[in-house]
Amino acid sequence: MTDQTPVLRLEDIVKTFPGVRALDGVSFSVLPGEVHALMGENGAGKSTLMKVLGGILQPNEGSIFIEEEPTVMVTPAQAKAKGVVFIHQELSLADELTVAENIWLGELPRKSLGRVNWTKLYDDTNAILKTLNVGFDAKTRVGDLSIANQQMVEIARALTVDPKAVIFDEPTASLTDAEKVVLFDVIADLQSKGVGIIYISHRMEEIFKITDRISVLRDGQYRGTLTTRETNEEDVTKLMIGRSLDLSRNESHHEMGDVALEVRGLSCGKLYQDVSFSVRKGEVLGFYGLVGAGRTEIAETLFGLRDPSAGQILLNGQEVRIKSPIDAIANGISLVPEDRKGQGLVLGMNCRDNMTLPQVDDLTAGPFVSDGAEVAIFDQYRDKLDIRTPGWRQTVGNLSGGNQQKIVIGKWLSMRPEVLIVDEPTRGIDVGSKSEIHNLIRDLAAQGYAVIVISSEMPEVLHVSDRIVAMYSGKVMREFTSEEVTEDSLIQAISGIINGKVA
Amino acid sequence: MAELTKQGIGRILAKQGILIAFVIFMIGFALANPRFIDIDNISGVIRSSAILGVMALGVTFVVIGGNLDLSVGSMMSFSTIVVLDLHDKIGPTLAIPAMFGLTLGLGAFIGFLVGYLKLNSLIVTLGMLSAIHGLTLTWSGGQNMDIADKEGTWFSVFGQGEIAGVPVPILIFAALAIVLSLVLSKTPFGRKVYAVGGNGKAATFSGIPRARIVFMTYLISAFCVACAGLLQASRSLGSQNTVGQGLELEVLAAVILGGASLLGGSGTIFKTVIGVLILGFIQNGLLLMGLAFYVQYVVTWVIIILAVWLDIAAKRGRLWSQIA
Repeated sequence: MTDQTPVLRLEDIVKTFPGVRALDGVSFSVLPGEVHALMGENGAGKSTLMKVLGGILQPNEGSIFIEEEPTVMVTPAQAKAKGVVFIHQELSLADELTVAENIWLGELPRKSLGRVNWTKLYDDTNAILKTLNVGFDAKTRVGDLSIANQQMVEIARALTVDPKAVIFDEPTASLTDAEKVVLFDVIADLQSKGVGIIYISHRMEEIFKITDRISVLRDGQYRGTLTTRETNEEDVTKLMIGRSLDLSRNESHHEMGDVALEVRGLSCGKLYQDVSFSVRKGEVLGFYGLVGAGRTEIAETLFGLRDPSAGQILLNGQEVRIKSPIDAIANGISLVPEDRKGQGLVLGMNCRDNMTLPQVDDLTAGPFVSDGAEVAIFDQYRDKLDIRTPGWRQTVGNLSGGNQQKIVIGKWLSMRPEVLIVDEPTRGIDVGSKSEIHNLIRDLAAQGYAVIVISSEMPEVLHVSDRIVAMYSGKVMREFTSEEVTEDSLIQAISGIINGKVA
Repeated sequence: MAELTKQGIGRILAKQGILIAFVIFMIGFALANPRFIDIDNISGVIRSSAILGVMALGVTFVVIGGNLDLSVGSMMSFSTIVVLDLHDKIGPTLAIPAMFGLTLGLGAFIGFLVGYLKLNSLIVTLGMLSAIHGLTLTWSGGQNMDIADKEGTWFSVFGQGEIAGVPVPILIFAALAIVLSLVLSKTPFGRKVYAVGGNGKAATFSGIPRARIVFMTYLISAFCVACAGLLQASRSLGSQNTVGQGLELEVLAAVILGGASLLGGSGTIFKTVIGVLILGFIQNGLLLMGLAFYVQYVVTWVIIILAVWLDIAAKRGRLWSQIA
């Protein structure tokens, strides 16, 4: 491989913003047919580097070579024309347009009088879709596609040129395991055509499954490139965060108390049926399953956001009816929602106000909110959860993902709940903060909280849970204790297979 | 270092841009015509801005809560006509609470539609603008409304009276501004208004009753409109059916000029007051410069659009941007 000409090579790229050196002498190269992972914590400079490659930002120093030709790319269109294509993490598609229109947006084929050449448009599109092996055609409305298929449209968009290098930015963030397989096939296909691939992801399992080499950034500096076959997760993590990380199974066990929450035969229309489980004080109950298995919907029912069609919810042995989040909070149930920015935080508000929001009615002196009481709560949980912020006046939108998540957790801990439900606790959070949040969840259980963790990441579920409930298509397939669970049995359960038979 | 100070200035501009613009306007007009800063002129401007100002205070709540209220102008005509009509029929002591009750009823209706039924506030209040206008005309039979005995009623005290040399409308405006500013910035309710407007979903997930908060913002808006109607009726003691026509846009302009985001979640009462005063002083300054009053419409809106543009530009650090 070493004697090949790299499709893309970066040399000593420096990019500064007022007050920061976002990129400080970054060099690495991508060979044809190689999947090259780019890793680093949030804020390490990955996004900036990608923007430089995508022609959105200009480097202050250093040079970019495409097939050893020095290249300057001033706009995204130029970058694409030179064969560097970017598959964005956040999809930028127009829902109301067809697949074909989305793919060729801005460069629709024309015939006389500026009319769109629809025949050519659909034919060209179908040709590309065929190479991707997808189950929809050029005339499908994008809004009708699943997220995974929408991502395929983004990828198809990249293939309208003859790409030399394709950059994937967190492509699996919203994909189910089955959909990932399809994506990896596409990547393998590109690879076999000699395209160089830069693959950005926080997920170690994927990195080790599909990449050839791994380059690591930390604080804007290039920390080195490892060959995937010759390294392991621990070394990569060390390079990324400068220390090693505990990724083991959960083995800590502490005294558990009485059953805090019990659910019997709970159903909610087509979303989930006949779900029963219980959580004890001091226990972490993990919910594992594919996206759409009904886990989030159960959490939302417990939090009063959905009406169950059947079943009972018991708190400390007493049946309760929860009709709204207000009821749930009054009953000591708290929910850290899966969509941190959309459901968890008011991004434009400061840290303190976000944290005290559910209890602001109780923090009053006379008719007014008591500043002192609020700051006291904020200070307490800032110290307890080690939230790094310049002060409570900081707007939450300016914090890193990990610190934002801690604000949401602090918000609910300060309500002193009996049952804490955490939905996708570390989605979009970098490795270092991830393990902090995992430790936090274990600590909370040790303090006697009953904790429910919903996660789509197997290492996470295995790492934090005392027991694991596996769900498939709205049903509980099996319950595992942390001693008996194996990765295989868990995967089988969430795919709907029990004892080798399809359910 | 140079870079840092530049950033610092940018930050101050972004935060206090409106206040700085206000001072610059005042200095400019004062240089053009010294009469502009005459104490009588200033007091006159504030007095004539009071009605608009009182309405803007209420709309500030609605806008921070993430909605619009385009019905306030037409609702103000309604309040004015109703209180004038009832003045002669049941006397001012009963007419005032009756008018407040009816106006609050309209506010509650809008609040119900937008808050509980979750209808789009633009559509609802645009519809109500027209519907309330019709209601006013029905009430008055299309006639102008006048108080029979204009000399003999104490009702004129709200619009024309003075306490310790300060016109009552200014006192009412100031008192309402102070009270509502405390409500918005210091009470749990105020905090919830910001939360609902900033991110309604997150508010729901925090156990905040979103519908009730939105409902309340419309009630506050209607209360302010009723106060404005009272001031208007008391000042003129007679009125056309269209007295509030077009005010909804001026009110909205003042709120936006103050820097409240139309998307909700930001803005303050203090900034709205500044917005109201800027609007009042611009119009007054133009008059003093000898421009015909109809030129004001054009110039006022050019200035508002400029102000909003500069505000956005200061926030994103450049005058024009390809993305957002």
